[in-house]
Amino acid sequence: MSFFKKLKEKITTQTDSVTSKFKDGLTKTRDSFVGQMNELVKDYRKVDEEFFEELEDILISADVGVHTVMELIDELREEAKRRNISEAEDIQPLISEKLAELLQKDDEEGGLNMQENDMTVILFVGVNGVGKTTTIGKMAHKFKEEGKKVVLAAGDTFRAGAIEQLEVWGERTGVDVVKQQAGSDPAAVMYDAVQSARSKKADVLLCDTAGRLQNKVNLMNELEKVKRVISREIPDAPHEVLLVLDATTGQNAMSQAKTFSKSTDVSGIVLTKLDGTAKGGIVLAIRNELDIPVKFVGLGEGLDDLQEFQADQYVHGLFADVLKEAEEAAEKSE
Amino acid sequence: MAFEGLAERLQGTLNKIRGKGKVSEADVKVMMREVRLALLEADVNFKVVKDFIARVKERAVGQEVLESLTPGQQVVKVVNEELTALMGGEQSRIATAQKPPTVVMMVGLQGAGKTTTTGKLANHLRKKHNRNPLMVAADIYRPAAIKQLETLGKQLDMPVFSMGDQVSPVEIAKEAIARAKEEHHDYVLIDTAGRLHVDEELMTELDEVKEVARPDEILLVVDAMTGQDAVNVAESFNDRLGITGAVLTKLDGDTRGGAALSVRAVTGTPIKFAGMGEKTDALEPFHPERMASRILGMGDVLTLIEKAQTNVDEERAKELERKMRTNELTFDDFLEQLAQVRNMGPLDELMNMMPGAGKMKGLKNVQVDEKQIGQIEAIVRSMTKAEKEDPSILNASRRRRIAKGSGTSIQDVNRLIKQFGEMKKMMKQMSGMQKGKKKGGLGGMKFPFM
Ligand SMILES: Nc1nc2c(ncn2[C@@H]2O[C@H](COP(=O)(O)OP(=O)(O)OP(=O)(O)O)[C@@H](O)[C@H]2O)c(=O)[nH]1
Ligand SMILES: Nc1nc2c(ncn2[C@@H]2O[C@H](COP(=O)(O)OP(=O)(O)OP(=O)(O)O)[C@@H](O)[C@H]2O)c(=O)[nH]1
Ligand SMILES: [Mg+2]
Ligand SMILES: [Mg+2]
Repeated sequence: MSFFKKLKEKITTQTDSVTSKFKDGLTKTRDSFVGQMNELVKDYRKVDEEFFEELEDILISADVGVHTVMELIDELREEAKRRNISEAEDIQPLISEKLAELLQKDDEEGGLNMQENDMTVILFVGVNGVGKTTTIGKMAHKFKEEGKKVVLAAGDTFRAGAIEQLEVWGERTGVDVVKQQAGSDPAAVMYDAVQSARSKKADVLLCDTAGRLQNKVNLMNELEKVKRVISREIPDAPHEVLLVLDATTGQNAMSQAKTFSKSTDVSGIVLTKLDGTAKGGIVLAIRNELDIPVKFVGLGEGLDDLQEFQADQYVHGLFADVLKEAEEAAEKSE
Repeated sequence: MAFEGLAERLQGTLNKIRGKGKVSEADVKVMMREVRLALLEADVNFKVVKDFIARVKERAVGQEVLESLTPGQQVVKVVNEELTALMGGEQSRIATAQKPPTVVMMVGLQGAGKTTTTGKLANHLRKKHNRNPLMVAADIYRPAAIKQLETLGKQLDMPVFSMGDQVSPVEIAKEAIARAKEEHHDYVLIDTAGRLHVDEELMTELDEVKEVARPDEILLVVDAMTGQDAVNVAESFNDRLGITGAVLTKLDGDTRGGAALSVRAVTGTPIKFAGMGEKTDALEPFHPERMASRILGMGDVLTLIEKAQTNVDEERAKELERKMRTNELTFDDFLEQLAQVRNMGPLDELMNMMPGAGKMKGLKNVQVDEKQIGQIEAIVRSMTKAEKEDPSILNASRRRRIAKGSGTSIQDVNRLIKQFGEMKKMMKQMSGMQKGKKKGGLGGMKFPFM
């Protein structure tokens, strides 16, 4: 029986909820998770090349990226050697801890940079179709539930139906939308939105922008201008610039993170569409290289499908499906 | 670093091999490792990569590569051939039903570009094939999805069929086809809602739409930036619906697009179109060979290799390479190179094919305009043998004589001599690069003209 199959079996026999879905596991605390993982590895085989190869495949299939995977595996290999670890059971906790640590430093606050006595402005940026507008809808809902007054800015004046889409989210959440006509200058919309949100005494202003591929210089310049207009009206705004990344995206997400950071100084990532089978493992590489934290994850298309990011749960999700697959494959071959 | 092309990747390995004269099986193994990394970095699914490497390796350890004087080129060539074979030929045609209307269903994950592509395809069918398509808004879930398609319809001045979001997509499809028949539309393009391939309920809905719509084409719309998961998505949609082809969107970005290979490998269906922008005219035929080079990250260098191979005698190329290194290049060699390069095609095109060539400062100065070549030839022909071999003896009076003899001005002659000097310098640099550490060279490939 393969190591990973056994791992999977242990997880299932212990708690169904943890493996069944990333989502279901979200309530688990970090401690219980790591604890469980440690429990999982009692009678395993050796830490050998095959083990590392299996691990490599799993991480690569999660889009972590070859470079980061090689680095990680090398580190693990060395660590194993240094600590004289030869049993998989002893290296297992190391793996999950290492990955989780990479994503979330222990003393990290997490959450958003909210202004106590002033309006918080959050700008959403990203390439086409990743889920910016939908995330804004979900976040509006979240803030609304917290009793905050929220305003949305319809900064995508380009894509067909983009303004109407945001308006639907405005209706769903009972939140005002500041908009202009399709085709108007997005910077002008932002200026309007800041003024209007202020006069409405809003607590939070969520700014939508049109999707743009990061290699389009003009569009990136336009985005810089949008941000500048906001900063001109409120000096330390936007308080968060959230880059929305689609978990289905592969290595290009690194280039997205780099370029969007350069032009808008991204403060955090929202990783969407994690309810599918894609893992968005590239965020590990992004964290590693650019130190941008993941702040939220999108787990569906509904109002409630936005969750604060939790590193340990995420790392668990990284393995869960592959474990399932491995088990199924093993069953077939038996 | 993250996005080195295969050529650059193979360079280090090749440098080691070069000294040895012959390639061993171990060398091939190292090269295969590089190929594997290049493909993984390009987002080709790791299982697809495994199969692929196995195939390439088989060919590579055969005579083809081991006995070649240019193993690097051979490996790249084998990789490219296998890749192109896997990608299939160009097939950017949409089926036509024997009895109109032809029904096309657009399916795929959320945000892939289905609605936009529906608009583009309608435009394409009208403009290129003189057709009269009806677009159908069958996404009743996404906020303002219907409005989005209607807006595209308005922009294009083409009809969109919708029944609001309170009617089932199955019903909408049925009614739409009836309407299309009534109004004599020859194509029906059904835009469906984005859905996860693991969403049982929504996948069943697609089954049902397929049942009533009896589509002639089911196009899977795939975002070119998709990573490893492309395989799962394509496999699921194909198993479930039997897709007839794919459209790869957002190729106007800077992604390598390895998903193309994954999709192709698991479905066996062709990628028919490439989305190259957000506007309704940004739809292009999909070129498998270009995609292969893009995945490998090497511009059109492969075409270049092929051209070079058909035009150059390998022995002669080696000799030239030696001369380049030792800075012994003469005007005669220069002329010969020029002739060979001309045989290969227009110059600027060749320059564009070379990865990194655009970025090389030296190249700008020596860039030769097609029209000037005749002039260059005339100038060189007016030189004496001694002058051709040793340009340093070209003093003012010799230059005057050459200008007169070639019917050019003294400035033209001066310019050529200067360019030649620069070119030599650059070639020396480049051949040094091939051997050495500097990045951005031509990846160990020997071009006849450098
Ligand atoms: N399954 C799933 N779908 C999502 C998620 N987030 C967004 N989507 C869907 O992804 C699609 C695109 O979402 P949008 O919010 O329009 O994306 P966008 O980034 O605003 O797109 P553009 O403005 O066109 O660049 C829609 O169908 C959303 O319903 C998620 O977390 N999970
Ligand atoms: N740059 C670029 N953007 C594209 C291309 N195709 C689509 N888009 C953009 O991608 C985003 C999503 O496109 P849609 O057509 O709404 O995608 P969809 O698959 O219909 O999305 P859902 O209906 O939500 O599943 C939009 O911002 C489009 O403008 C393309 O080829 N290039
Ligand atoms: Mg949007
Ligand atoms: Mg759509």
